[in-house]
Formats: sequence, C-alpha cells, structure tokens
Amino acid sequence: MKLLTLNFLTCARKTCKSLPAAFPLHPKDAELEVVETDFNAPFLRNILGRLEWDALKTLCMELGLPNLPPSAPEPEALLEPGAEMAELELERELEPTQTARDLHNLLLETGIKEGKLVCGNCGHEYAVKEGIANFLLPSHLV
Amino acid sequence: MLPTPSTSHVSFDRVYEPAEDSFLLLDTISSASETAWLHQRFFENENLETTPAPLILEVGTGSGIVLAFVTANAQAILGRREVLTLGADINYFACQATKKTVDTTIAEIPPMSNTNLSTGKFLDVVNCDLTSPIRPNSVDVLIFNPPYVPTEELPDLDNHLKYNVPQDTLSFDQESHLLALSYAGGSLGMEVTERLLSQLPSVLSSERGIAYILLCAQNKPEEVKARIQTWGMGWRAEIAGSSGKKGGWEKLCILRIWRGG
Repeated sequence: MKLLTLNFLTCARKTCKSLPAAFPLHPKDAELEVVETDFNAPFLRNILGRLEWDALKTLCMELGLPNLPPSAPEPEALLEPGAEMAELELERELEPTQTARDLHNLLLETGIKEGKLVCGNCGHEYAVKEGIANFLLPSHLV
Repeated sequence: MLPTPSTSHVSFDRVYEPAEDSFLLLDTISSASETAWLHQRFFENENLETTPAPLILEVGTGSGIVLAFVTANAQAILGRREVLTLGADINYFACQATKKTVDTTIAEIPPMSNTNLSTGKFLDVVNCDLTSPIRPNSVDVLIFNPPYVPTEELPDLDNHLKYNVPQDTLSFDQESHLLALSYAGGSLGMEVTERLLSQLPSVLSSERGIAYILLCAQNKPEEVKARIQTWGMGWRAEIAGSSGKKGGWEKLCILRIWRGG
C-alpha cells in the first residue's frame, strides 16, 4: 500500500478513530516495495494541500527513510526555476525539480508490501499482506 | 460513451459479479446531467491551483469495476484529473480483485491517448468494514453499491475472519458467506446501508463531500431521501438516476446525498 494512502487512514476502532494519537498509524516490521509510476506535476501540486506533513515526517523516520524538511515544499519548488506550470503540462520535456521527484517517489512509488500498522492510542496491530491492509476487528473490539 | 472496465480475470465464486446495479452506477455517474453537476462542484467553482485533489472512496468495491471506471475517467466525471481514488471491501478476495481490475484498466490505456491524460490516481484497496479506518472529514465523493436485498438475517460477522482468508479447498460455506456479504441487507434491505448513512456526516469532507448510494424499491428510497433531509445542517438528497420502471416501480435508483447548494 502506498505511503500516500496512510494519509487517509486511522485506527478502525470507534473509541480511537477521532483521537489525534490514532493518526498516523505506525508501521512495524515493514517490508517496502517501490513500484514506478508516471510523474505528474499538476497532480503533485494538488496533493500538497492535503498532506499531513508532520505525520509524513513521522512515517519516514519510522521507516528509516531520508528525513523530510520541517515543512511541506511550496508548489513553486516542484519546478525548475522559471518554468511555468502550464508549460510543464504542455511540454513534457521540462524537468521537475529533485524535490518533486523525491516527493513523487515517496508518496506514490513507495509502498508497504508486508508488515503491520500499529495504532498509537490502543496499540492494536493491523496486518498488511500483499499490499492490502486488513482493518477488520474481532467483534469484541468493534 | 466511456468504456466499461474488464473484470474477466475475477472468479465470481467469492466476489460479486458486476450486474445491472453496477452498470446503473456507471451510467449515472457519467451521465450528462450528473457530470455537469459534479464539474460545477469540483472544477468550475474551484481554483485548481490551490484546492486539494478530491478523494473518491468506493465502499464495497467487489470486482472493482466501478472504481476502475471512475479512476480511468476522472476528468470526464469530475472535470479534473487530479483525483485520488481509494477502495474498501470487507471481503479480502474482492480487495485483491479490485486492485487487479483497476491496475489492469489503467495499464491498458494507450500511453499518449486522451484517456491517459485524463486518468486519476488510484491509491489502494483496504480490507475493512464500511469506512471504519478512513480518517474523518477526508472523503469528497463516496460511492456505495450496498447489500440491498431484504433478507431475514445478515451474514454472521463472527465467522468472517475465518472465511476471509484463502483456504486449501473452496468450501460452500465460505463462498455463501462471502457472497451473502455482497447482497444480504437484512430488514428492508437497509441494515448495512443505515450503518453507512450514519457514518456519512463524519467521513465526508464538510466542504465538498457527496455520496452516491444505490437503493432498490424495497429499500423505500423516497423515505430514505426524506429522512436525510431532516438531518439539518444543510444535508440534502436527490435521486440522480434510476433504472427502467417495472409495474410502476423504479426497480433501482441512485441517491445523491450532499450538504449545501
């Protein structure tokens, strides 16, 4: 499962769901995989505003990935200086910045193939198998 | 007309096979009137430079045909291609099938075609009950083709964890349990839908969130609609599409639920 997906997930237990401690879920014994996908600058720009940057920083640290800067990059930082976003869309040969490539690789190409996701509030562990996270709870925990 | 994704790789002994209800969802969401409404909400009234990409969540993806369709046709449906799509199903085999259906549909789009430049970004499928692990206030478009058939009882969820894993041999009990999850709706066929309805106010984005829910005549769609309008806080509901009439009854319909204008 892609790291970007974790931006939208929390503990499935009702008592945890809306608590700040239940987000982000913490990866444990994670086996990562990288699956290449097309780079798309307008998409990346649109996703910036949805990212919980602090949660993403925590995730990178816990997965042993390179540290992220303290705050999310500005949309302008995704392009080579001087290039307009519209041009980038039309003229594919224009290169995105390293910041943009790194972010694309982290959010959309890096995923958890096998492992667990742990709730920071109740400690419940959710298994990830073949890239599919299992959030089903035994009935006494629902 | 937009092409229908292929689900020929799915074995339908444990996963719901696309049928009239699935196709009504595809037709309604891509109809001229509905896309005009959606474009206004997600494209024309938005500053695309600054507003975040919408998140589409399909609950109960089954074969993945609907999720693959909305992902492949994001631009045609919402008016913008910067769209994220996510699936959820209680059935592990449906999650596997969905992932493959969406990935295959996207991979088969010719690289330089117009469709390729108008495709949203598929995130993942998670194995869960309704929206249980989805962060509050995060979903912009929720799509649900529920188990809507009135039945005496619902599948026993205490057995679910046992049946939700691959077994050496296909058993009748496992197959009937998993398939029942896709159609058995309990009293009035509404028991699962009622639970989903109760989750909408928290899971949908407070600014843009909308939901499409399929109902059949026995679910009493007009009553469901009237009840949502009593939620207050600007909640509204409207029939966005329906199948042909049978004996004066609309057999299936799609309810659009949203807040605000």
